[in-house]
Amino acid sequence: MSLFIQSIINGLNQGAIYALIALGYTMVYGIIRMINFAHGDFIMVGAYSLFYTVPLMINYGMPAWMAVIIAIAVCVTVGVAVEIIAYRPVRGAGSMSALITALAMSLFLENLAMVLFGANPKSVPAIFTLPSIEVLGAKLQWKYLLTISIGIIMMVGLQLFVKKTKLGKAMRAVPQDKEASTLMGINVNKIITTTFAIGSGLAAVAALMYCSTYPRCTTDMGSMMGLKAFIAAVLGGIGSIPGAMVGGIIVGLVEIFVKVYIAPGWYEAITYSLLIFVLLIKPTGIMGKNAGEKV
Amino acid sequence: MPKSKKLSYIINVIGILVLFIGLYGLFQSNVLGTRTSYIKGIFTTACYTIILVTSLNLLVGFMGEFSLGHAGFMSVGAYASAILTNSLYDYGMPKLLLFIIALLVGGAAAACMGVLVGIPALRLRGDYLAIVTVAFAEIIRVAFCNFAVTGSGRTMSGIAKLSDFYWCYWAMVICVAVMYMYTRSRFGRTVIAIREDYIAASASGINVTYYKVLNFTISAFFAGIGGAMYAHYMTAMIPTNFNFMYSAEMLTEVIIGGTGSLTGSIIGAAFLSALPEAMRQFSIYRILAYSVVLVLVMIFKPGGIFGTWEFSLTRLIGKVAAFIKAPHARKGGNAYE
Repeated sequence: MSLFIQSIINGLNQGAIYALIALGYTMVYGIIRMINFAHGDFIMVGAYSLFYTVPLMINYGMPAWMAVIIAIAVCVTVGVAVEIIAYRPVRGAGSMSALITALAMSLFLENLAMVLFGANPKSVPAIFTLPSIEVLGAKLQWKYLLTISIGIIMMVGLQLFVKKTKLGKAMRAVPQDKEASTLMGINVNKIITTTFAIGSGLAAVAALMYCSTYPRCTTDMGSMMGLKAFIAAVLGGIGSIPGAMVGGIIVGLVEIFVKVYIAPGWYEAITYSLLIFVLLIKPTGIMGKNAGEKV
Repeated sequence: MPKSKKLSYIINVIGILVLFIGLYGLFQSNVLGTRTSYIKGIFTTACYTIILVTSLNLLVGFMGEFSLGHAGFMSVGAYASAILTNSLYDYGMPKLLLFIIALLVGGAAAACMGVLVGIPALRLRGDYLAIVTVAFAEIIRVAFCNFAVTGSGRTMSGIAKLSDFYWCYWAMVICVAVMYMYTRSRFGRTVIAIREDYIAASASGINVTYYKVLNFTISAFFAGIGGAMYAHYMTAMIPTNFNFMYSAEMLTEVIIGGTGSLTGSIIGAAFLSALPEAMRQFSIYRILAYSVVLVLVMIFKPGGIFGTWEFSLTRLIGKVAAFIKAPHARKGGNAYE
């Protein structure tokens, strides 16, 4: 029983991290219909900046989590730079070019990190020193609760932002019809850049959550995390913000439960099969809307 | 067969033979001294890379769909052929026969996997297909990490070293020739029609799914052959070699070379497999340079460096002949085109 509860807690924690990353995928896909393969690597960027800024914060006597502010700034800079330098020139060239460019940026960031920081994993200092409590024999760490609640806060905040604010409304208008939104006085380029900024900022928060659970960063952490989070986004229905949350939680829970109860070596295969299964049954995902194809 | 076409076939065969004899002479005469076997190794690497990249180009260039899981098919071919040759090695078969069997088995295993993956995956298009192929490749990798027969996640070593350069060269020539003929055949042209407009193609009575799965299977078959060569050249392998990165690298080579140009794939693959050896001290910058080149190619020349241009020896000879006959003529006559 305690193992079961422990698994649920671990799964929810894992799922909340995936959900935070998936939110970034969903934001970008929702607006320019492009899979930002480099999004996973933004998390890596965030994790490495935490590696350098956490000791700095501790030195100056500030709480360690304040390092996330610098990490967000770094990630937003990287995200916006990638968008302007690489994605913007190929935006009109079709989805194939966009996908290749995204892949190239992912390779670029990963290998740049390899050149800058070396191939050895770095261990990030402890970010939260929170106690843990016993619930029915399972160890419940407060930081897990924190991760889950941050995930929910982000989702609700983002949902309100997209639905209520003027900027959010513009964000929803752009994918519907670019020309018409230009005529309505929306600066499409600015909206897309803002979307990237928000997405990469979320990646920095996800990096904080990830590093508090697994205190190490490697140059290839982004691609694997990114793929899992992408699965979460597709599972929930890409383009839908609550969908990303639901998908993330499902992927996290499935992963931990397979690891603990079924076959430890096979958990990745099962996660990927889940993706294939969902895409074949309902390509738009659990909460996605069917867009229909134009001839 | 028209006379000019027959002539062009003969010219191409002679060209391939000349190249082979040149390389044979280079390696047998030992002009390069101690570096001979090293250079031979690079050429063998180039052979299987060329097969892999051209086979991926069948999907990316001729079908217009992404596969980011090509390393998965390659690993199926590699493991299937390695397991087979391990069990057949003690029967004293001639090595060439064993090599051919290994290639065919590797190709067949990968083709079976291609059908299994292709039927469900090709219902999706574009980005989703790319992701599903990644997922399938990862599933294959995880499976190979867990099966006892593939080494349970440890290095599988002691595979017979069968990939002799001369054999690999001819295998490569045959594979590329078959792929070239395939792209010019009725099937290949149908696949190109589907790429151009799948709705119009299906309205003209083409069974889109059938041709897509066929193309996918053929591509997987050649990837399996490439994998079998790889396994018998390296003699040791681990499932994690065939990861997402490797697939992405192959895709990079296809795109940089030119989607829709087998020449581009061949030159791209040959060049990029020699490059890391030539500048070993900069090896960490290699992928970094690839990705920068890839972005630049995407921005300035989205079709790749060679686009859809194909090299033709016959045309080249025709041009040279015309130039010799009338050096100042403004137009080169394309005698044999």
